[in-house]
Order: sequence, then structure tokens, then C-alpha cells
Amino acid sequence: MVRTLAPAAVVVLLALAPYSDLSVGGLLPGAVNSTGSLQLLALMFVAAATAITLDLMFGYTGLLSFGHALYFGFGCYSTVILSNIGGLGFTLGLPLAMLLTFTVALVGNAASLRLTGIGFSMATLALAQALSIAVERGFLRSGGEVGVTYGLDVLPAPFVGIVNTRNTYWLALALLVAVYALVGFAVRTEAGHVWQAIRENPLRTGVLGYNVYASQLASGTIACTLAGACGAVYSIVMGGANPSIVVLGYSLSLVLMVVLGGRGVIWGAVVGGFVYTYLNERLTAVSDSGAVSALPHVIRAPLSQPNFILGTVFVLVILFLPGGLASLFRTRSHDPVDAPQPRKSVLVGDTEQGA
Amino acid sequence: MDTFTLIALSGLGLGALYFLLASGLSLIFGLMRVLSFAHGAFLTVAAFASWTVLRHAAAPSLGLLLVAVLVSSVAAGILALVTELTIIRPLKGKVLEQLLATAGLGLALVALLAAIWGPDEHMIPQPGWVTSTTQVAGAPIPNTRFLLIGAAAVTMVVIQACLSRTRAGLVIRAGVENAEMVAALGIDVKRSFTAVFTAGGMLAGLGGALAGSYYGGVSPYLGDQMLIFAFIVLIIGGLGSVQGALIAAVVLGLAQSLANYYVQNGVGDILVVALLVVTLLVRPQGLLGQKDRLV
Repeated sequence: MVRTLAPAAVVVLLALAPYSDLSVGGLLPGAVNSTGSLQLLALMFVAAATAITLDLMFGYTGLLSFGHALYFGFGCYSTVILSNIGGLGFTLGLPLAMLLTFTVALVGNAASLRLTGIGFSMATLALAQALSIAVERGFLRSGGEVGVTYGLDVLPAPFVGIVNTRNTYWLALALLVAVYALVGFAVRTEAGHVWQAIRENPLRTGVLGYNVYASQLASGTIACTLAGACGAVYSIVMGGANPSIVVLGYSLSLVLMVVLGGRGVIWGAVVGGFVYTYLNERLTAVSDSGAVSALPHVIRAPLSQPNFILGTVFVLVILFLPGGLASLFRTRSHDPVDAPQPRKSVLVGDTEQGA
Repeated sequence: MDTFTLIALSGLGLGALYFLLASGLSLIFGLMRVLSFAHGAFLTVAAFASWTVLRHAAAPSLGLLLVAVLVSSVAAGILALVTELTIIRPLKGKVLEQLLATAGLGLALVALLAAIWGPDEHMIPQPGWVTSTTQVAGAPIPNTRFLLIGAAAVTMVVIQACLSRTRAGLVIRAGVENAEMVAALGIDVKRSFTAVFTAGGMLAGLGGALAGSYYGGVSPYLGDQMLIFAFIVLIIGGLGSVQGALIAAVVLGLAQSLANYYVQNGVGDILVVALLVVTLLVRPQGLLGQKDRLV
């Protein structure tokens, strides 16, 4: 009962947030319903939703992708670029972009999945790099370093302008709820159980008669297409697309969110996405505050770099809290998820699996 | 023809840089199954070390450049040693965790460098010989190219000599084949792990100092840009094979530079990725890699 009521209560509270003018003591850029705060929360929702899609691949199927930004970025850029084309507009551009993203996800995963383990990770990294280079050089009207924004009157009116920030906020929240529900449902189906079996041991799952490649392809394609949808919502929240979401660093930060929150736990990915995005957006502001600026330069300078703190926290989490933040809240006994280790290589000291 | 010679030799210089990074990564992966995402950051730290040595000299001598190269190799070596002892070793046997931890370390190191010296590029003063050119077949070639190609050639020879002529090399070669068996024979593989990781760090350090000369400056993001291409070299050459990395580095450096110049800037970078995709589809284990390593 608590398991279904608690998330519902959180969602209702978050949905009501735009009506609250509480100020939460400097935690948010302003009062809860101020534009800055709602924008920050919307970005956190989108990041959390994207982290869930990566968790579906990485946490539930054992596919560590270093190129998830490819699909998020592709969804984002293709939505903006197609919508901006005169005859299409947003109503045709968005579905077309999602169809394209689905195709790219299918082809990209079909190719990458020819490799396993580290090879798969490297293949995803390389594919994502192709998009990153294309965007950096401004190929296909992607605008290079500046990115692209929606043209005038391209987006539906309810999502344009500062007055309507609460609408984009609700849209981002709806995305998070939808992705959470979809992935939560998918991993409970029979196919979902096969994915988790593959994560634990692909070889045994194959021997049991399941088609490992097809299952992985399904999981990867669903995850990457959903990531594209998250990218589309991101473009609405930001009013366009920018190159920061297609670089390797963004793929890495998505992995970081999932590991930080806890692999193979959906709400773990949400927590990871929230914490990461919040720290990434707010640490700079915090380091400008009075308490920190009084510190000597040697301490203050690293604190002003979100990536320094996030990277350090990440290493510490891996060393001392392998199950992520989620493991703090579950007891060992009903923890079905140990760290997924997709490998069958010869490892020193690894006597359990052998060669 | 002049232009072609210049671009081709520049491409070889770039390939030499990729090789310095990829050869270390390849040795480390071959022996320890660790893919280090922190290697790019090691290179950047080394480039900053070289900048620290050279920055105040108005016209540094070749001797000072040599000092800078030594200092940066040692700095990156120490960093790699500490990383191995504090992060890699405690996570022994957990391939995924080791990889993720190095990614986190790389992120933190780059941010730390940006915090200390700012995100912008710093010029590194170079000795006169390095910045001047030599005529090759009528084309003026900057001497940095020769410096890089020479360093990569020496590195290759040294690695081969160490692997085939010394006892430590024998242990490493055996460890690449089957680390478990080597450990079972009573040989301390852990020490080889530390040694190889440190050596890989020093190679990245050498690459860092030379990248500083090649580009004439250093920014905190120098290493990460090169790391991606080093990974691609590693995969095309075959994970764990130093010779494969050499071949792939030469091919990629040339292809990238020539396509970037003759077709359109950026096309060369995409071509490299395309070559990788083709390799993955046709020969997933890479040019000289062994299939069972790619697991």
C-alpha cells in the first residue's frame, strides 16, 4: 500500500508546487513558483526521466552504454530542426522526429549489440561521438556551438514564454511520471524478467532457450527511443537544443546519475538524476554565497567546479556504496540487485564464473 | 605535393600522439582488463606540468624541454601509481566498477585543473628548434612532427624490448594470456598490475608534454578530446595489442588529417568513427586482437 501511495503523494505535491510561493531558504533560486525554481525542477525531472531510460538498459539488462546522449540529443535536435522547417511545424515535426529517433535507436543498437561487454560500451561511445562531431561542426543546420532554438510561433503557445513556465514544468513532470510508469511496467513483464536474467548471466539465459540478442535489442530500442522523447521535452523546456547534451560528458553524467542512485532500481535513477542535476546547477550559486566566498582560494576554487565534487562523490560511492543511494534504504535480504557484471572473461580471483 | 607532404606528416604526428595514449591503455587493458577513462586526464595533468616548467622561460632551450618532458612523465606516473593503489586495486575483479571509478576520477581531475588554472588555453613557450621547420621534399615541415614521430617510434621499440627481453615483460606477456594461471604459479601479478598502470600513466605523461608542443598550448580539456580517439585506435587495433594500436594510430592519424584538409574540416573526424563502425561490424576483435578478449 505504501509502495503505491508514497510516489502518488510525491507526484501530487510536485504537481501543486507552481501554486506555492514558499521560499525554501536559498535551496532554490527563488520562491517555489518563481520561474528560476520551476525551470530548475523541470530540468531535474527531465534528467531523472532520462536516467530511468538508461537504467532500463544498464541496470536491468546489463548494457552499459556510454552513448546514451546520442539518443537524447538526437531526439532533442531532430525535434527542433524538423519543427523549424516551414511546412512541418511542431505538430508534424515532433512525431517525425520520434519516428527518426526510433529508427536510429533500432539501427544503433542492432549494430552495437554485435559486441558484448566493454566492446558494446565502446561502440555506443563511438556512435555518440559521430553525432557530437556533426553538431560541433554545425552539420545539418545544427548551429554548431550556439545550438538551435525554436523559430517564432513554432512551439504551441502554452509552452512559450516566462509566463508559461508552469506549463513546461507540468510537461516535464508528466514525462517523468510516464517514463517511470512505462519502465516500471516493462521490467515486470515476462520480457523484463528475461532482461534481468541476461544481466545476471547472458550465457545461461541463452542456454535456457531465450534469444539474448533480440531481448537486448528490444530493451535497448525501448530505452533509447524513450531517451529521445526525453530529449524532445528538454527542447521544449529550454526552447531549443544546445551541444552540451550530445558530448561524451553528458553520456557519462547519465551513467553517473544511475550509479549514484543505484543500478537496477527505478526510483534510484530518479534520485540520482535529481541529486546530480541539482548539484550541477546549484553548486556554482552556492560557492558564490557568503559562507563559501570567505574561504581561502585553494578551497573555494575546487568547490566552484560542480564536476570536481560530483566526480569525487562518484568515486567514493563506487568504492564504499556500490549499490548507490538506493541501497541505503533497502535491507540486504530483499535486495535482488547486486552489481551487474556482464562478462565472462578470466579474472584474477573470480572463481565463481570461471572462464 | 608540398601540401600533401605537410598534411601527411602532420597526420603521422597526430597518430604518434594517439599511439602514446593508446599503447599505455592497451597494455593496461591486456593485463588488467581495465579500461581507464582517467587516462586523458593524466595526459592533461602532464601537459600542465610541462607548462609549469616552461611558462617563465622566454626562449627555452632544448634541454629545458627535455626537463619538462621528464617532469611531466614522472608527474603522470605518480598520479597513475596513486590511482592504481587507491582506486583500481581495492576494486580488483570488478571490471565495471574500475571503469566507472576512473571515469569519475577523470571528471574530478579535469574540473580541478579548470578550477586552478581556468578553462582557457595557456600558451607553452617552445625552444626555437621545435617551432622552426625542416624542408622535406620541398615542403616546410614543423619540427614538432618529427619530435612526435620519433618519440612514438622510440616508445614502440622500448615497449617491445621490455616485453620480449626482460623478466617483467615475460610476466606481463604471460599475464595478458592468462593472469589467473600466472598468479597460480606463485608470481606476484599485483606488482605487475601496479607497474603496468604506472608505465601507462608515464606514456600518457610523455604524450601530454608532446601534445603541448604539437598544439603550442594546453587547456584542461586537451586530454579528453584525445582520449576518445585513443579509444578508437585501441578498438580498431585490437584491445590488448600494442602492435595493433601502432598500425591503427598511423592509419587513423593519416586518414583524419587528410580528410579534414582535402574534403572538409570535420569530415576526417567522422571518417574515423566510420572506420570504427566498419571494424566493429566486420572484425569486432580489431586488427590484431583476440576474439575471447572482447567479453
